[in-house]
Amino acid sequence: MRYLPLTPDDRAQMLGVIGAPDVDALFADVPKAARLPGPVDLPLHAGELEVERELSQLAARNRAAGAGPFFCGAGAYRHHVPATVDHIIQRSEFLTSYTPYQPEIAQGTLQVLFEFQSQVAALTGLEVANASMYDGSTACAEAVMMAQRVTRREKAILSGGLHPHYAATTQTIAHAEGMEIVRQKAAIDAEAAVIDAIDEHTACVVVQTPNIFGVVTDVTKIAEAAHAKGALLIVVTTEAVSFGLLKSPGEMGADIAVAEGQSIGNALNYGGPYVGLFACREKLMRQMPGRLCGETVDADGRRGYVLTLSTREQHIRREKATSNICTNSGLCALAFTIHMTLLGGVGLTQLAKINHAKARELKAAVEGAGLEVLTPRFFNEIAVRTKGPAAKLVDVLVGQGIVAGVPYSRLDPHAGLDDVLLLCATETTTSDDIAALAAALKAA
Amino acid sequence: MTMQNVGRPTRPEGSTESVGFQSLTGGRGLVQDEPLIFELDGWKKTGVDLPEASADASDLAGLTRADLPLPGLSEPEAMRHYVRLSQKNHAIDLALYPLGSCTMKHNPRLNEKAARMAGFADLHPLAPVSTTQGALELMDRLAHWLKTLTGMPAVALSPKAGAHGELCGLLCIKAAHEAKGQGHRRTVLVPTSAHGTNPATAAFVGYSVQEIAQTEDGRVDLADLESKLGPDVAAIMVTNPNTCGLFERDVIDIAKLTHAAGAYFYCDGANFNAIVGRVRPGDLGVDAMHINLHKTFSTPHGGGGPGAGPVVLSEALAAYAPAPWVVSAADGFQLVEEAKDQAAAAFGRMSAFHGQMGMFVRAYAYMRSHGSDGLRQVAEDAVLNANYVKARLSDVMTPAFPDGPCMHEALFDDAWLDGTGVTTLDFAKAMIDEGFHPMTMYFPLVVHGAMLIEPTETESKRELDRFCEALRALAATAKLGEIDRFKGAPHLAPLRRLDETLAARKPKLTWKPESATS
Repeated sequence: MRYLPLTPDDRAQMLGVIGAPDVDALFADVPKAARLPGPVDLPLHAGELEVERELSQLAARNRAAGAGPFFCGAGAYRHHVPATVDHIIQRSEFLTSYTPYQPEIAQGTLQVLFEFQSQVAALTGLEVANASMYDGSTACAEAVMMAQRVTRREKAILSGGLHPHYAATTQTIAHAEGMEIVRQKAAIDAEAAVIDAIDEHTACVVVQTPNIFGVVTDVTKIAEAAHAKGALLIVVTTEAVSFGLLKSPGEMGADIAVAEGQSIGNALNYGGPYVGLFACREKLMRQMPGRLCGETVDADGRRGYVLTLSTREQHIRREKATSNICTNSGLCALAFTIHMTLLGGVGLTQLAKINHAKARELKAAVEGAGLEVLTPRFFNEIAVRTKGPAAKLVDVLVGQGIVAGVPYSRLDPHAGLDDVLLLCATETTTSDDIAALAAALKAA
Repeated sequence: MTMQNVGRPTRPEGSTESVGFQSLTGGRGLVQDEPLIFELDGWKKTGVDLPEASADASDLAGLTRADLPLPGLSEPEAMRHYVRLSQKNHAIDLALYPLGSCTMKHNPRLNEKAARMAGFADLHPLAPVSTTQGALELMDRLAHWLKTLTGMPAVALSPKAGAHGELCGLLCIKAAHEAKGQGHRRTVLVPTSAHGTNPATAAFVGYSVQEIAQTEDGRVDLADLESKLGPDVAAIMVTNPNTCGLFERDVIDIAKLTHAAGAYFYCDGANFNAIVGRVRPGDLGVDAMHINLHKTFSTPHGGGGPGAGPVVLSEALAAYAPAPWVVSAADGFQLVEEAKDQAAAAFGRMSAFHGQMGMFVRAYAYMRSHGSDGLRQVAEDAVLNANYVKARLSDVMTPAFPDGPCMHEALFDDAWLDGTGVTTLDFAKAMIDEGFHPMTMYFPLVVHGAMLIEPTETESKRELDRFCEALRALAATAKLGEIDRFKGAPHLAPLRRLDETLAARKPKLTWKPESATS
């Protein structure tokens, strides 16, 4: 087998050194009843050619987003990633290393994490950021639990514009931890409704911008209302490219900002792996979940980086840790950092403007096809009212080679918004794609 | 007259002694200091060519940001920056990486190639399921392999890492207890040797944690377990093989006692590599176990992730598995994305979308490559390699549990360093100078100065011998009192030992303009 270096001779020699008659002797502690006599009932080993063929066949039974007009967003976005990014993340030294527990031989990973944290802090307009979470949805749940630790209050209010998967994840995880989660009714442009729900038991309010319907909101007033009652404001962003154009969460008064970082540097990957961004005010730093990388010096006084404040973490604090997270999204964070470094502030701003311009083109085309656009202020996503169920329309258009976005009902079947379709345009969307969609919508 | 040397072979001249040599610019040949991206004059640069965009964002008046102070680099500058940084990392592809509990094995590149096929990488999680049938089938096949290898009837694929899987497993257990009117059970029993994630996860779910004592031979103390298994206990969390690298001989009795007390058996599957293909956790009475695909099934560790932590579940817990999951119907594969109808008992959702698909592709490619016969050989070679290392080092170091075989990890304590002035940490740092990554240190907590060595099955005998010779030489040097070699170690790494206390006392987590001159 190509991944196993030991030869039968090696094995025999090694057993001799160990003093064991055979390999079975090394499994002597396994109860007899549980010892399998031979391989389980699964196919035997296969060569690289055969395995690649099988996987190619499976891959061919999926329609890649790039195969034709494609308008899905809603938490995962198709962007162009420079070839340099994928080349660097496949370097052995990044791909096949682990958590930088030995900083002397992990400065590559550590300096990247320091750059990542610095980029995330600048994008979100907050002072500190961690070294990544699994994804945006779990970062959201962690932020809510962090608000509980900071405020010692139990209630979290989730706005009706929060991505339903994020709300469900937060409800599952934070509720299990004992919090009361109040989910507001799904509504297209009703972020301000959270203000009336804030009371003296509220640990935090969670507001997404641009929200699941694409609506961009200035949350400054929500921040003021939350702070007046001693609650924290958590701002969620699922489309990280929007940071290039829109006011940052920090600028609008957010205490914690969480985001899905997939848009920058990472492929769609059918939903994972992605990279959660997590930033907050400096005074909240010691309540953050996850790994943190910090600057220091070595024995010769040279600048270097280490994992720090690990007294918050599970391997030191065990049941008193701020989170149980261990493995995070290191390689996806690296991809994010490289892409962000290639873009720079200048490039991200330009990319964001292109995305916005494409969405304006999309909006005009959809309206031209006679459909009502429900999103008043948008970045690169819009919600559209369909004549019948949106899911049905999507099915019909798939038959014509057009993936016409995400029916809101797929994310949240009980909201009574079956006729709402979520559409997204990015720099990868062409004018021809938009024209094809408009023509199909008109005919449908 | 000087000889024309251009193009002729050269040979070393003068002394080959280079100890203490310093370059004029402070670098060390190929390993150079590398500034942060913020220090490379890129404030107005970009390395991406984008078309002009309509500058009109008038519809967003009052909602746009004034500036975005982040530097950019041209493509050649960015490439050089990150390649230089990469050279400061140790990696499996460079040498043995014996980090116990982490299963740092070879990462086949076929898996990387497969994960990057457009049909997997360029696939949107909310694309119509009629356009993602191949992905759903792959998930279904992966589930079949995981269930068959573990002898368990169900699996939740969506957890994103081991600790996330632990959380998923405990939430299933909690939901099952609540459904049976046993919601008052508030305690989880965890052995003292457990991974830190176990008690952290239990506390996260609101359980109180009680420790189970360990016997002198490194196993769960059955009598102590029995005495603590009361009507308040929701579950036990036991790692098997355990963190001492030993198989829990009484595991079937542990399961029976646990079930008799009305509790569930959560098994931490971090060490599944030791038994894959030879032992099915389902045959041991396990109710839930996460599988770190980035350990046993070789998806790359990537400098700290991403991982994937699917959880296999017993019949008793299967109904509570979180959404989503794949079902096979007459007209193709479907994705159940919400708790309703026949899936009403699902406890909720672990994350957005359906889990770490990119990791599923890699793990499945790895499983198919090995096959059922190869995976069995994986466990055998992993265990053989660990026992070989233990045998080759036992006369110079002190194995924590000398009697009987270990599984895939060899655990030593620091008794052999008594009187040398060298600590486990010093010894580990000296390994760096010999070209090896240190083993896991000071874990498990139950062994003094623990050194946990997990070589994995992808090391050749030659590399194991090289490693053992290096450790034997270091051990001999320590005993001879050559203490400076250890206290100052590492001497030959890109950096010397770092001041972690300073980092924690004055945390500096991001670059700030005022620090540009430091």
